[in-house]
Amino acid sequence: MTIILDPTDERVPVERQITARTGDISGVIGLLDIRKPRGNVLLDELQSLLATRYPQVEIKRYEKPTFTKPAPNDLRLKIRSECDFLVEALAD
Amino acid sequence: MTTTQSGFALPGFELTDMAGGERRFPTGRHSLICFLKEDCHTCDLVGPVLQAFHQAWGDRADIWVLGQSGAGNAVMRDRHGLTLPLLDETACKTSFAWDFEIVPAVFWTDAKGALKSGLEGFLREEWEMLARDIAADLDAPAAPVDWDNLPAWRPGCGSKHLDPEINDRLRAEAENSPIRARRIEIASADDIAEFMFDQGFSDGLPLVPPTPERVLRMLAGTERGTQDVVAVAPPNMAPVTIEKIAINAVMAGCRPEYLPVVIAALEAVCTDEFNMHGVTATTMGASPVLVVNGPIRARIGMNMKLAALGAGNRANATIGRALRLIIRNVGGARPGGVDRSTLSTPMKFTMCFPEWEEGSPWEPLHVERGFKREDSVVTAFGMTSGPVQIVDQESRGPDQIAGSLGLGLEGVFLSKMRRMHTDVLLVVCPEHVRTLTSEGDYSKARLRARIQAVTTRPLRDMVANEISGAGITLEAAARLTEAQLATPVSKFAGENNIHIVVAGSEAGKFSAAFHGWMTGAMGSLPVSRKIEC
Repeated sequence: MTIILDPTDERVPVERQITARTGDISGVIGLLDIRKPRGNVLLDELQSLLATRYPQVEIKRYEKPTFTKPAPNDLRLKIRSECDFLVEALAD
Repeated sequence: MTTTQSGFALPGFELTDMAGGERRFPTGRHSLICFLKEDCHTCDLVGPVLQAFHQAWGDRADIWVLGQSGAGNAVMRDRHGLTLPLLDETACKTSFAWDFEIVPAVFWTDAKGALKSGLEGFLREEWEMLARDIAADLDAPAAPVDWDNLPAWRPGCGSKHLDPEINDRLRAEAENSPIRARRIEIASADDIAEFMFDQGFSDGLPLVPPTPERVLRMLAGTERGTQDVVAVAPPNMAPVTIEKIAINAVMAGCRPEYLPVVIAALEAVCTDEFNMHGVTATTMGASPVLVVNGPIRARIGMNMKLAALGAGNRANATIGRALRLIIRNVGGARPGGVDRSTLSTPMKFTMCFPEWEEGSPWEPLHVERGFKREDSVVTAFGMTSGPVQIVDQESRGPDQIAGSLGLGLEGVFLSKMRRMHTDVLLVVCPEHVRTLTSEGDYSKARLRARIQAVTTRPLRDMVANEISGAGITLEAAARLTEAQLATPVSKFAGENNIHIVVAGSEAGKFSAAFHGWMTGAMGSLPVSRKIEC
């Protein structure tokens, strides 16, 4: 028998469950542009479709400072505190 | 361990004798515990003495030999006609726990295992005194030893538990071992190399198994505590300890003296400026290119001359690979996971080389970047291509060769692109350096200016056309005036995007360049870290 040492991060990640699907959309939908080229075009279109189909929901727009880096913590907290749903556009 | 430590409770043990029986210490009787090695002449000398002790006092004390040589126990038994118990101490765990240096080593203890006296090697007077003490303690007659026929003094041999191979394993297994990582047991029927591939630890090439012994030896390469967190590695934002760095450095094939370079390289890439997350994730396929400067280059035998950017040198190859393995195994960056490279690059296996400062007419990279010449420094560049050869075997004038180096950089991203916010790392070969300086000094600033000058074109050349739709769109171009379209624009947004080092063999007019990714706050900035060694 040979023993080797674990080269990986040994943390056990918390398993997150997908939010229950109610079939209903209400509250606030966030649209996050990660700043890839033309992500705003996609989100503009999506916003107008959502506004037509779900006039009762409020839509808020967000932008990452750059698509090359993870979203800053402040932005994540802001989105979490303000939105019930979030759509993130990768685009290109 | 010496006689002055009497009263000290010796660590217990359970070992197998030659009949397969378990023998446990403390025994409940006075004991003389003797560590011997079969191939040690002084151990041979004391074999008959111990047998005489056993015959004299075996009815009231346990006189045991702990043989470190495995099958050597049978040899010693037959050579000296020993009837005393010989225990198998091949693993040397008890030797390690009892912490002596020389065999023969003998320890006289009371019934509870507390040390009364101990000896290492052979000094006849000491052994005679020990024999008298034992007889007195046991209230028994002297043992029949012909002391006068024994030499006055013989040196012993180093105990087997101090052999580097064995000692590293014992240290790794000891209670105060600095190792905290999970131990993975691989059954002897399994192939270790295949197991590591199956676990996903590999970059696609074979790995050196990170056994506790090897990791301990690797840890000797740094003074830092094994559980010090050096960096938080993207993309999983995982804390990376010195121990995890050492494990991956072993797998990459590093020697312990390379470890400080790997540590500094990891510190450099795990910064917001370098943006290892973006470098990992980009579909363009980027990877750190490490340039090492300072005295450590020679000390660890890096190759800065012939084939400096290629295969063949262990330090160059494994330092870069260790960094990649850490980002993969601890950071969690896997192709198809967060690594979304369309084609990727072989630099994702490894890319590290030292600058040949001694062959350069310029300040070395690290001095340019604010360090002292005597500092050892690693600089990480987030690069997407390279090394791309720049071939000019004809130019004889300094400005000509500088011009060729500039033209060689025109292809960065796409030759029609200008004003690029991207870094480039130009590696000038010694023959090109000679041509550059053939008429006197040729500063890096002049070379950078020349690169910008020869790559300057009118903005109009960047407008999309039938050959290439890249660049300025026709709609945007239509909004520009003729004068604006005639504006001369150079290849790079700034001269500070052009980084220059010297490396390579003294024969051959072939320089090379590494092409960058996006630079600045939007992308990846070169980051230097001092190597603590």
